[in-house]
Amino acid sequence: MSTAVFNQNLAPELKAQTFRDRLRLGRNFFWTAICVGSSFLTLIPLFSIIFLVVSNGIGLLTPSVFFELPPAPGQEGGGLGNAIQGTALMVGIAILIAAPLGILSAIYISEYDKRSMLAGAVRFIAKLLTGIPSIICGMFAFATIVVSTHTKSSIAGGVALAVLALPTILLTAEQALLGVPHALREASYGMGATKFQTIFRVVLPEAVPAIMTGLMLAVARAAGETAPVLFTATSSAYWLSSLMEPTQSLAELIYRFGKYPYPHLIQLAWTASLVLVVLVTLTNVTAQLVFGKRKRR
Amino acid sequence: MKTTSSRFAGLIALIALSPLSVYAATQLQGAGATFPAPLYQRWIAEFSKANPGIQINYQGVGSGAGIKQFTDGLVTFGASDAAMTDAQIEKVKQGVVLIPATAGSIVLAYNLPGVETLKLSREAYVGIFLGKITKWSDPAIAKTNEGVKIPDLNITVCTRSDSSGTNFVFTGHLSAVSSDFKSQVGQGTSVTWPAGVAGQGNDGVTALIKQTQGAIGYVEYGYAKNNKLPFAQLQNKAGEFVAASPESGAATLNTTQFPANILRAWPSDPDGKDAYPIATFTWLLLYKTYSDKDKLAALKKFVTYGLTDGQKLSNDLGYIPMPAEVVQKCEAALNSVQ
Amino acid sequence: MTDGTESQTPSFRRKGFRFDVFRLFTWVASAATVATLVCIAASILVQAWPAIAHFGLGFFTTVAWKTSDPENYGVLPYLVGTAISSLIALLLALPLGVLIAIFLSENFLAPPLRNTVRFVVELLAAIPSVIYGLWGIAVVIPIVQRIGGPIAGALGFLPLFQGPASGNSMLTASLVLALMVLPTITAISRTALVAVPGQLREGSYAIGATRWETIFGVLLPTAAPGIVAATILAFGRAMGETMAVAMLIGNSPRLTWSLLSPAGTLASLIANKFGEAEDLQVSALLYAAFALMLFTLLVNVVGELVLRRAQKSISGLR
Repeated sequence: MSTAVFNQNLAPELKAQTFRDRLRLGRNFFWTAICVGSSFLTLIPLFSIIFLVVSNGIGLLTPSVFFELPPAPGQEGGGLGNAIQGTALMVGIAILIAAPLGILSAIYISEYDKRSMLAGAVRFIAKLLTGIPSIICGMFAFATIVVSTHTKSSIAGGVALAVLALPTILLTAEQALLGVPHALREASYGMGATKFQTIFRVVLPEAVPAIMTGLMLAVARAAGETAPVLFTATSSAYWLSSLMEPTQSLAELIYRFGKYPYPHLIQLAWTASLVLVVLVTLTNVTAQLVFGKRKRR
Repeated sequence: MKTTSSRFAGLIALIALSPLSVYAATQLQGAGATFPAPLYQRWIAEFSKANPGIQINYQGVGSGAGIKQFTDGLVTFGASDAAMTDAQIEKVKQGVVLIPATAGSIVLAYNLPGVETLKLSREAYVGIFLGKITKWSDPAIAKTNEGVKIPDLNITVCTRSDSSGTNFVFTGHLSAVSSDFKSQVGQGTSVTWPAGVAGQGNDGVTALIKQTQGAIGYVEYGYAKNNKLPFAQLQNKAGEFVAASPESGAATLNTTQFPANILRAWPSDPDGKDAYPIATFTWLLLYKTYSDKDKLAALKKFVTYGLTDGQKLSNDLGYIPMPAEVVQKCEAALNSVQ
Repeated sequence: MTDGTESQTPSFRRKGFRFDVFRLFTWVASAATVATLVCIAASILVQAWPAIAHFGLGFFTTVAWKTSDPENYGVLPYLVGTAISSLIALLLALPLGVLIAIFLSENFLAPPLRNTVRFVVELLAAIPSVIYGLWGIAVVIPIVQRIGGPIAGALGFLPLFQGPASGNSMLTASLVLALMVLPTITAISRTALVAVPGQLREGSYAIGATRWETIFGVLLPTAAPGIVAATILAFGRAMGETMAVAMLIGNSPRLTWSLLSPAGTLASLIANKFGEAEDLQVSALLYAAFALMLFTLLVNVVGELVLRRAQKSISGLR
């Protein structure tokens, strides 16, 4: 399609005969240089971030860091155990809430009433939800759950993260379902299958890889978010013993420990950053691979 | 390895069966001041090692919120840098026992290559923070530093941009020693400084000072100590130049006169010859009576630990260990809790 | 339904019944998705009500956020800070983002190199905000501190560059914000550029235009509505960005126009104060959150509408 045409350089070879033409060629070259140069300029901050995170964080990255409680100020050793546990739990709660909601909504807007008012509203609201500041998700969970239960908890943190994850899951699921060729549905109906059977036996299996990609991206994003859990789950020095108690997360630990005057705790904050960056990079690479495979097919 | 795998199993089990408690521990909830939070967290970590049946959660939510949660009965104990006012105490029907738990001082850290000791008179440091003294070669500074080769740099005053208790204590001291400061700037958690650049948080100011030649700024003693920043000896009320240290801090605390019935006082400009001028207590807030006797016993055990063995950790973390006389008064107050 | 009736029911009926239930499920989920936004707004509004009733609209025109004066809160400096930091971030990110979008949609370099840049930009979007904050403290603050003094010295007569220059400042926050919104601008602009019909480009080449004459004369104008939408949506992102800004901007409660001074934004105010807030301040912060939510919603609605328009007009060209 147009993409294919676009990628071929069809610009005519300009023979520089007049001064004006030479100027035009020079200008052309100048902008190409600017464009390519500035594109590679963006590599610098990313490399700087990755370099800092790796060089500061690798020192404490031992197996035990994943299984020990965070150290108190002045203590040596310790780890990120309960932070990883808390992040996993809260992201799990978020996905448990957002995945059914998002995928079912996506099925409704792409398989049932595509053009209904509700479908239009869902699409629009989902787009708007992607733009909601993450701190607002936290305020929402605070105003509803923390205020009514009188305690910060992993449930509150999970709900805040669910609001964040919902639009990502919904919109990627919609794209995934739209990507399933129409012929497959026709064939299914042709063999006498009902709509429900077609969705569950034909459309969904075909869309699962792409839906999973959306889920993974949502997991990666939710795992790194600080603002939603900052006032809803806060922090804890212990392993989890209940869903209704303050819960430590990796992101909150990075924020809090990064401000301490104790070098060991600051280093641990960098190690936690490294864990998060590795998680995020891995999910992105995997997502690319999965998507790439789909496209090739 | 065995512990690692068993912990991993525990992690999975806990995620799966989160609502089930591992064992019935006595749980104490505390909330309040952020300034002593690192020390309290360290106490809790060491204390729970020796007393695995007691679990203590301390949330650094700020003194104001700490007092509020304590008054509303949401916590077992509160903590506050500002103690509690009589009006606030009246609102708590179980009664209140204030226990000074530790203390901290604020230092003037500087960045002057080659200068290891710097003595600042009251006139000098008030002048610097009022923006009147702008060069390190100023006679007011030279006068008290004979024989010290101070580089001829401009002074960069480093202040806090965000609002904080550190601001409150430091501006309180400057207001107490200088009427000019009191009228031009005044005391507050967030004030308009006539001069200087601002950093965010103790860590931000510490970083500023480290990066800027000729810088001077106020940070909590612990930040300067842990970052190995040099800090100035300040002239106290008696006219002596004193550096912040556990001893000079203790001297300040010793001169503090408590009223007869309550352990509450702020040494905003202490008298003693060895006393460091800018030091302040921070308090634990306890109820006079507790209905849950298990919690009472656990709490008493914890506070006793903090007042005795816990004080030995203060110095490492940059707090001032409390002098024996004050600890005695605290223990007596703790005994009145039932 | 009993076993007896079920065995007599023709199979398509039974399937029809299940299909209806499932359809109902999806309908309920959709309704819940729509309700989410309403719930967020309503719950925050309810908790913010005491402050809204107390301060009214004067909240947005007052300079006051002191714990020593708990009856008096106003967010004017934070409102100004939100607007300025977001605008500057856009000013920096827009040219760069569009250039990268052009780079990604043209064939200057071999696809592997292009894909590297694309992957890097996507990764920039994926890095958690709090890590941008840590990095900003370690890298950007020292840089701004070093260049801030000379800037204030040279341009200090302008209120925008008035000294003294602090490391944690509006400028620092804006620089990091620019980096954080860059992926949004690049992704949407690239989609808009790629959607420009090939005939337009061919036509331009046919009349002898160079590649960049084609880009500036044909591609960018055609893709302009999409790029405008990208800019608006990125503005919404910048307004709501919380953690990195809270860690870098200095959280000063004072009103300032200087980029080199510490400042604050609505989001950073909430992040910085909410943990230690009580009574009316909690409500006042939720009022600020409600306002922030309305502003970002407004910006996003406009952005989405512009984007739809853009997509429609492009498909009309085909």
